[in-house]
Amino acid sequence: MGVKYALFIGCTIPVRAQHYELSARRVASALGIELIDIEEFACCGFPIKSVNTYVATVLAARNIAIAEEAGLNICTLCNACTGILTEVQKKLNEDEDLRKKVNKELEIFGKKYNKGVSIKHFSRILYENVGLSKIKEKIKVDLKKLRLAAHYGCHYLKPSEIYDGFDSPEAPHTLDDLISVTGAETIDYKTKLDCCGGAILGIDENIALSMANKKLSELKKEYVDALVSICPFCSIMYEDNQRKIEAKFGVEYKLPVIYYPQLLGLALGFKPRELGFMLNRIKATQLIEKL
Amino acid sequence: MIRVSELDRNFKYEVAKQPGGEHLLRCFACGTCTASCPVREIDEKYNPRKIIRMVLLGMRDEVLKSDFVWLCSTCYACYERCPQDVRFTDIMTALKNIAIKNGYIHPAFKEQARLVGTFGRLYEVEDFDNKKRERLGLPKVKGRFEDVKNFIKSKGIGKLWA
Repeated sequence: MGVKYALFIGCTIPVRAQHYELSARRVASALGIELIDIEEFACCGFPIKSVNTYVATVLAARNIAIAEEAGLNICTLCNACTGILTEVQKKLNEDEDLRKKVNKELEIFGKKYNKGVSIKHFSRILYENVGLSKIKEKIKVDLKKLRLAAHYGCHYLKPSEIYDGFDSPEAPHTLDDLISVTGAETIDYKTKLDCCGGAILGIDENIALSMANKKLSELKKEYVDALVSICPFCSIMYEDNQRKIEAKFGVEYKLPVIYYPQLLGLALGFKPRELGFMLNRIKATQLIEKL
Repeated sequence: MIRVSELDRNFKYEVAKQPGGEHLLRCFACGTCTASCPVREIDEKYNPRKIIRMVLLGMRDEVLKSDFVWLCSTCYACYERCPQDVRFTDIMTALKNIAIKNGYIHPAFKEQARLVGTFGRLYEVEDFDNKKRERLGLPKVKGRFEDVKNFIKSKGIGKLWA
C-alpha cells in the first residue's frame, strides 16, 4: 500500500457532506492511502455542462492538468466529478484537435494537459487498488448484525465505456462486495439501479422527489438498517430530502442513509463520532446500537 | 399538429454538429430509451423517443422552448441500452446547450452558471463553513477562483445572469 492521490473533493462535499469527507479521510489513512489536498482544484465542470459543454470541458481539463503537474493521480468522492473528469480525459486523449484547442484555453491558467492521470472514485480505489483481502485483514469489528442496501448512483457506473469495464452498469457488485467484506449483509432489491433524481431537483421537484421515493418505498419492505451511498447528490436526495418525501407521499421511512466510508470506518474500529455520524440528518442510532 | 412549412430541416444537422449530438441520425425509433427512462416513468411530458422524432422532423422551436428540454436526469440508462449507440443523454446536453445559445434557459441552470461563474464552484463557501470544517479537523477550502471566473466571463456566459 502506501499510495498517494490528489483528493478531488468537489464543491458539495466540503460544505454539505463533511461526514463523507471526514470518514473517507479516516478510512484512507487507516488503509495506507495518502490523500493530498490541492487548493487550486475548482469546480469539476459538471454543473456547467448543460449550459456550455465546451466550457465544462476546459474546467475539467484545468483540474486534470493541475494533478498532472503535481504528479498525482486523482481520487474523487462525488460520482458527478468522477464522471465528467473521466469523460473529458477520454475525449482529450482521443481527439487531438480538441486537445490542442483546450490547451490553448489552459494557457490563461498557466496549465497544460498532456496525457492525463488515473482518475478514480474512492470506492473504486478501495476495490481495485487496496483490494478486498487487504481490507479484510484490517477489520476489527464484525458488522454481521447489519442488513444494508447499496446505492451505486448512475455516474459511478455510466456511461460504462468511460470506466473500462470496472463494474457492470446493469448488475453492479463492487459496492456490495465492499459492504460484505465488513461482515454486513447486503441485499438485492428491485430499485437498486434507480436514479436518485438529484440532477433535476431544481428543475422539477415533483419528478425528482417521486424518483427518490421509489427507492425509499421499496426499501421499506426490505427492513434494512441503512442505505449505503457513495455520492453526495444521491445522499441529498435520499437523506436530506427524506422528510420532505415523507410529507409529500404521506409515509414514514426514517431510513438512515450513510456513506460507505462511514460504514467501513465502523468496521475498522473508529468511533461513530470520528466518522461524522453526528452530521447525518437521519440518525443511525439504532444501527450503531446493534454493533 | 405538425405544420411542414414551419419545420426547420436543418435542425437535425445543427444538433448533430454539437458536441454530444453526433450520433443523432442513427436512431431507428425502437423506443428502448423511453422504456428505460426513470423521468418518463413519472411524467409523460418527457419522452426520449418523441424528442428524437421532433428533432429529426425539425420541430426546432417546439423543442428549444419546451419544458421537457431541461428534464433529463443524466442517469444514462438510455445511453447504455440503446442498440444504435445514439447516446441520448449527450443529445439532451447538446439540446440544452443550443437552447441556451438561443436565449432559453431554466432558472436552475442560470443559477448554477452564476455560482460557477462567480466563485468557480457550485456553492459559495462562507466563513461559517470553514469554521465548521476547522472544528471537525478538516482543512480550509478556497471560496473563490478568480481565474475560473475570468475564463467563464471571457466565454460570454456572464450575460446569462447579468
